[in-house]
Amino acid sequence: MSRNRRPLLITRRSLLSGAASTAAFAVASPFPTPALAQNAPFKIGLMLPYTGTYAKLGQFIDDGFRLYVEQKGGKLGGREIAFVQIDDESKPEAATDNMNRLVGREKVDAVIGTVHSGVAMAMVKLARDTNTLLIIPNAGANDATGAACAPNIFRTSFSNWQATYPMGKVMADAGIKNVATITWKYTAGKEMIDAFAENFTGHGGKVVADLTVPFPEVEFQALLTQIATLKPDAVFSFFAGGGAVKFVKDYAAAGLNKSIPLYGAGFLTDGTLPAQGEAAEGIKTTLHYADDLDHPANVAFLKAFKAKTSNEGDIYGVQGYDSAALLDIGLTAVGGDATARDRMIAAMAAAKIDSPRGPLSFNKAHNPIQDIYLREVRNGRNARLSVAQAAVDDPARGCKLS
Amino acid sequence: MSLMTFGIQLLNAFQYAMVLFLVASGLTLVFGILGYINLAHGAFYMLGAYLAYWIVAKTGSFALAMIGGTVIAFVLGVVLERTLVQRLYGRDHLMQVLLSFGLILVLDDARQILFGKDVHAVAPPAWLNGTIQLTDNLSYSVYRLAISAFCLVVAAVMFWVIARTRIGMMVRAGAENREMTRALGIGFDRLNRYVFAAGIALAALGGIVIAPISTVFPGMGDGMLILSFVVVVLGGIGSVGGAALGALLVGITDTFGKVFFPSISSILVYLLMAAVLVWRPSGLLGRGEI
Repeated sequence: MSRNRRPLLITRRSLLSGAASTAAFAVASPFPTPALAQNAPFKIGLMLPYTGTYAKLGQFIDDGFRLYVEQKGGKLGGREIAFVQIDDESKPEAATDNMNRLVGREKVDAVIGTVHSGVAMAMVKLARDTNTLLIIPNAGANDATGAACAPNIFRTSFSNWQATYPMGKVMADAGIKNVATITWKYTAGKEMIDAFAENFTGHGGKVVADLTVPFPEVEFQALLTQIATLKPDAVFSFFAGGGAVKFVKDYAAAGLNKSIPLYGAGFLTDGTLPAQGEAAEGIKTTLHYADDLDHPANVAFLKAFKAKTSNEGDIYGVQGYDSAALLDIGLTAVGGDATARDRMIAAMAAAKIDSPRGPLSFNKAHNPIQDIYLREVRNGRNARLSVAQAAVDDPARGCKLS
Repeated sequence: MSLMTFGIQLLNAFQYAMVLFLVASGLTLVFGILGYINLAHGAFYMLGAYLAYWIVAKTGSFALAMIGGTVIAFVLGVVLERTLVQRLYGRDHLMQVLLSFGLILVLDDARQILFGKDVHAVAPPAWLNGTIQLTDNLSYSVYRLAISAFCLVVAAVMFWVIARTRIGMMVRAGAENREMTRALGIGFDRLNRYVFAAGIALAALGGIVIAPISTVFPGMGDGMLILSFVVVVLGGIGSVGGAALGALLVGITDTFGKVFFPSISSILVYLLMAAVLVWRPSGLLGRGEI
């Protein structure tokens, strides 16, 4: 015991003195000169799920981001880039601590994250409180670019509203009158179903049943039986990951796909097709990406992504890639001097990116304005059928930015 | 709700219950007889599913996956019991919780290293790959029915072993009074080892047979672990019959809860558990103190 105590004391003392000298240094030079700031690398905190259910998504976002930085020779806007990586494990309860670590201890210049909406909203809150530059590369919670919007918060992915709103008109135009919706009972599910229903009922359709399963449960039999007895013209659904695979397979195994066509948010069939196999054939979804987009930016992206990671690039890779592109535009506008924050943000807000997904710009709440594609699963790929709605702009309800 | 629909929902409930029973029975065995709280039970369930995916992908044989996966899990159980778990019998439950929680992390990382982070599907054996038409637009997969039948067989074998064989007698004796059993000269340590390994094997077997109708994904064990605990606590800790009864109750509550009370369906199962525990603190078929 006594042997243990001494080193512990020393550690604590040296820690304290270290902290004190750091504090002294900070006091001595409260205004770092721009020259000094530009010599130090621009520090980016990647707060993504590297383990857990969304691990693959986090990895692809990370890969996409790093791919862009590599293509620019390890620099954005002429400034060296350094990374700090944190695994958020998709755990909202740990989100504030993790974000604090990046902002407080690591003193990062910008944070990129994350996939899970609950975690992202905690990050948004802290980014607002500390005025940290935050780019959200996936999480779709409407509020992040709605009521909680802020000048220093950007999103390169989508809002939940945006991903499914166009499908309402598509299905109404296809002559579908009665639809049953099914999703997990949580925020993302509700926002996606509501946006679809808003547009669908606006075009004369009727939602006959609004079915939900507790998140993240994957036992669907009872509700599939209910759908069979309701006999709607079609089903609109949102699930993702393992839940999406199981739902699509269960739907087909119950034989429902033969009489009641299944529609959904793009996540229903994205990154899940190899596991879903034949059961997914013919499912129509909307998303801001499709597997066979053939414009040059996408062809080049897919080739480079494959060369770097030996994986097929997907929407998550694209979102990571575009996050880096957006940051590049901001840093380029200020010559790498991140202390000129206002000019940097203005440049990012005005960005026009030739994204692998298609043209990408941003609205007043810093949510993407982008085309939403109608896709159909054909031979194990999400094939583009048409543009469901061009330049879809989220209404940013509750956002006071102008 | 028509009679036909009601019947189908009842079938859904029963089918779900059988799966729950298969997984929970291993948990209740280990908990009841060894007094060991195995939080890693769900992780072994996940491991079984990944083993099924791996073996089917390598060999194309689901039968081989069932046998191979179960054997691998059993051996793993024996090794774990011998090296780690054994030290914690009779110790504070918190230590056991710590160990099994550590095992969850280790198994999760092992899964990530061996099989990656992806979602996978497992094809059921070809001869069970059909469907039966139930109504004009609803069919039922033969494999789902086969699972129910298989779980019934497993349950019957378990009851037979526990009620009718010498090993079962020792297991029951151990559950009843550990010290007295040991005093009578029964090789309790070895018995413990096999009971623990059998519990792990049952969890893995659950994962294997469910893999074709579920999907194989990271974190699939978490939800199953919680439901298994509900089943075990409902039925009475250590009672295999109780686990069967608990599983049926959970299956019925969950299925009809989703249909009739969708807004509170997520808490119905736990309400049921709370209500039963108020009425019978040691579970439906539990015996006195824990």
